[in-house]
Amino acid sequence: MIPEIGQFALILGLLLSLVMAVVPMVGAARSDIAMMRSGHSLAYGVLVLTIIAYACLTIAFVQSDFSVAYVAQNSNSVLPVQYKVAAVWGGHEGSMLLWVLMMCGWTAAVARFSRALPPALIARVLSVLGMILVGLFLFMLFTSNPFDRILPFSPTEGSDLNPLLQDPGMIFHPPLLYMGYVGFSVAFAFSIAALIGGHLDSSWARWTRPWTIVAWAFLSLGIALGSWWAYYELGWGGWWFWDPVENASFMPWLAGTALIHSLAVTEKRGLFKSWTILLAIFTFALSLLGTFLVRSGVLVSVHAFATDPARGSFILGFLVLVVGGSLLLYALRAPAVHNRVLFSWLSREAFLLWNNVVLVIVLAVVLLGTLYPLIADALNLGRVSVGPPYFNFFFVPLMGVLCVLLGLGISANWKKTPKDRLLKLWLKPQVLALVVALAFPFLFDGQFDWKAALAVYVASWVLFASLADWYTKTGNARTFGGRFGKVRASYYGMLLAHIGLAITAAGVTLNTIYSVERDVRMLPGDVQAIGHYEFRFDGVERVRGPNYMAVEGRVLVSHGGSEIGVLKPQKRNYFSGGNTMTEAAIDTDLFRDVFIALGDNMGKGAWSVRLQYKPFVVWIWLGALFMGIGGGVAVADKRYRRARAKAPVQAAPVLQSA
Amino acid sequence: MGRLKLFLPLFIFGMLALLFWRGLSLDPRDMPSALLNKPVPSFTLPTLADPDKPVGNEALPGEPYLLNVWATWCPTCKAEHAYLNSLAEQGVKIVGINYKDETVKAQRWLQELDDPYVFSVIDAEGRLGIDLGVFGAPETYLVDRSGVIRCKHIGDVNDRVWTQKLAPVYEALVAGTLEALNNAASNPAVQHCR
Repeated sequence: MIPEIGQFALILGLLLSLVMAVVPMVGAARSDIAMMRSGHSLAYGVLVLTIIAYACLTIAFVQSDFSVAYVAQNSNSVLPVQYKVAAVWGGHEGSMLLWVLMMCGWTAAVARFSRALPPALIARVLSVLGMILVGLFLFMLFTSNPFDRILPFSPTEGSDLNPLLQDPGMIFHPPLLYMGYVGFSVAFAFSIAALIGGHLDSSWARWTRPWTIVAWAFLSLGIALGSWWAYYELGWGGWWFWDPVENASFMPWLAGTALIHSLAVTEKRGLFKSWTILLAIFTFALSLLGTFLVRSGVLVSVHAFATDPARGSFILGFLVLVVGGSLLLYALRAPAVHNRVLFSWLSREAFLLWNNVVLVIVLAVVLLGTLYPLIADALNLGRVSVGPPYFNFFFVPLMGVLCVLLGLGISANWKKTPKDRLLKLWLKPQVLALVVALAFPFLFDGQFDWKAALAVYVASWVLFASLADWYTKTGNARTFGGRFGKVRASYYGMLLAHIGLAITAAGVTLNTIYSVERDVRMLPGDVQAIGHYEFRFDGVERVRGPNYMAVEGRVLVSHGGSEIGVLKPQKRNYFSGGNTMTEAAIDTDLFRDVFIALGDNMGKGAWSVRLQYKPFVVWIWLGALFMGIGGGVAVADKRYRRARAKAPVQAAPVLQSA
Repeated sequence: MGRLKLFLPLFIFGMLALLFWRGLSLDPRDMPSALLNKPVPSFTLPTLADPDKPVGNEALPGEPYLLNVWATWCPTCKAEHAYLNSLAEQGVKIVGINYKDETVKAQRWLQELDDPYVFSVIDAEGRLGIDLGVFGAPETYLVDRSGVIRCKHIGDVNDRVWTQKLAPVYEALVAGTLEALNNAASNPAVQHCR
């Protein structure tokens, strides 16, 4: 009964979102205020219905109702209850439902927090979001219904949630990602509404900015969490594989990063309008494209989602309709670009333009690398796969350039900055970064390594240039403590995110350069050493978990004679069957990870063991955490709340100067 | 001119969409099987029904049949199993290869879920799997009455796969004429047998 209620709620949700897609839009065209206002209550209605559907599916999981096909495929009666709840989004159908739930949440949030915007604009925004929702509901109901039953012969036991996904990191990774993807739909809807309404002024950019930044922050955290999960769960210590599915989440992030920066220019200076609109469309299109690539089966990936050509055709049709339609609208309605340059090359606009250029090149490189196997196959050039060497060859230098530009641009003023002043501002952080970069390899490793020096230079240049800019901007405070109140929350958000980038960049490069990895055969009592770290293997024991049996190794780790602790890597056999899972044991501190994975039983008490020393690896995700927090701090800025309060007065497109 | 430039993104997207549309009809996992139109490799393996007595190629049916690779550790095999049962009821002969599995578990599985197989050989080490070029379970081969592999499918056999891919070839093989087989192969509705 409960699954049928959920199914019914989905159908009602489809109907309501159909109304939401049409009525407010018509209202906006006819200036009918009642029709425009209906968007708000419709948005809440769809949200309530989706919550009901989602709750029904969760109940089916908690009660282990294996007559529901999706539950039978992704759960099991001995699965711990927190994983039963998380298993709701452990497969294709349920993760689509979670996606729709979040989409409804964002739509309702737009309805709730945008009351002060011009009614016609918000009516159009809600209608556009309604159209996207119609597509998603149709997709679920026709190709991936989570409530499908297996009747009359329903299984007595489920096949269990994929053991890889039975992990706290995996519980939060998809929701964060979807929050990001879905959040970009708001920026997209604002762009489309602006194109339809023809009001492309800077207030449009100001309304869009906080939504985009929040979405970006979620996506940053989601990607980082996924990478961290891959690192400790997949068992071989890699954290990024340039897998199509990873790229699918990374491309919207790159486009979103470019969008945030170009929105800043559009808001402050009223420039790059068409470009910003285009980026907003691209960012959302890439989120949809990610869904297509992951769930249609056109690319081979380690993330085996249930793929099905019928689903692929549907998503492709949806993609063509949404993206093709909006690009057509863009071509017809976007303001034609005027070529007069309104800023000097030593201005903040110019540096942000470079930021966008570099990010778009990186995006193109990743997109090409991801799609190349498909292109080659479609053109009969044979089957190829594009590996990490291609991506790293382009990605690393381009990101280096981006970081250098970041440090240069951060202290530039809008419109024009005197050259002497810029050179003076750049001097101190530049010198400091050079000193740190040259000293670091000696201090860390005892010998010079130009790659490490370059990496440290780039990261510390971003860091010092950011801090120096803060110091300059708060220069008129009387005390040091007084400096902290001199700049706004949005500035601190930016600072945190940029420092986060520096931390991640340092983590990625230094970890790649200095990691040591060793696969060894160890008998109980054997000792292996990596640098100052010693590993003593003390044999294995059998242990039992809630739904698995495991062989657990005991490895005593010590550093320079003092014991760090006993690490216990496991190999798990889940009762539900399937492959053996490797559960690595990791000792983390701020500057290094010690990573041990248990390999195969080599007989007579000997085991193959993988020992890894990974310096700075945690910085990769720490930096992303900074970016996420930075995004949160930036939208907490009073300015956005004030903008909302003042919005009705500012609604006229005349106010360009704000 | 300025206006025309704005159509550029739409144009690029159109090209990409065409590419994806083409991509949907290609299967990246679709590796041509080396054994297509070759005989089933020779084997001597015990069966689940009687693990003490090995059987060889001579035990294979003398009429067109399906050769199905399965295992109890493979959830998709479980999903596929009910459909295999219904095919067996319709009179389709299915031979099982119990691939890298535990015999006791596999015997229990057949008792609980019904046994659609004429017999299932125990390929515990996966040697026959290697000879056949198995990627993973489930996989299904369609073999003609002279023991030559005519079609291969990776993944579960369900209603769609059966009606669009396997059934036309199967029926042609049952009809037994070269003409019928050619008709099935040239029918655009029939997916490729690789």
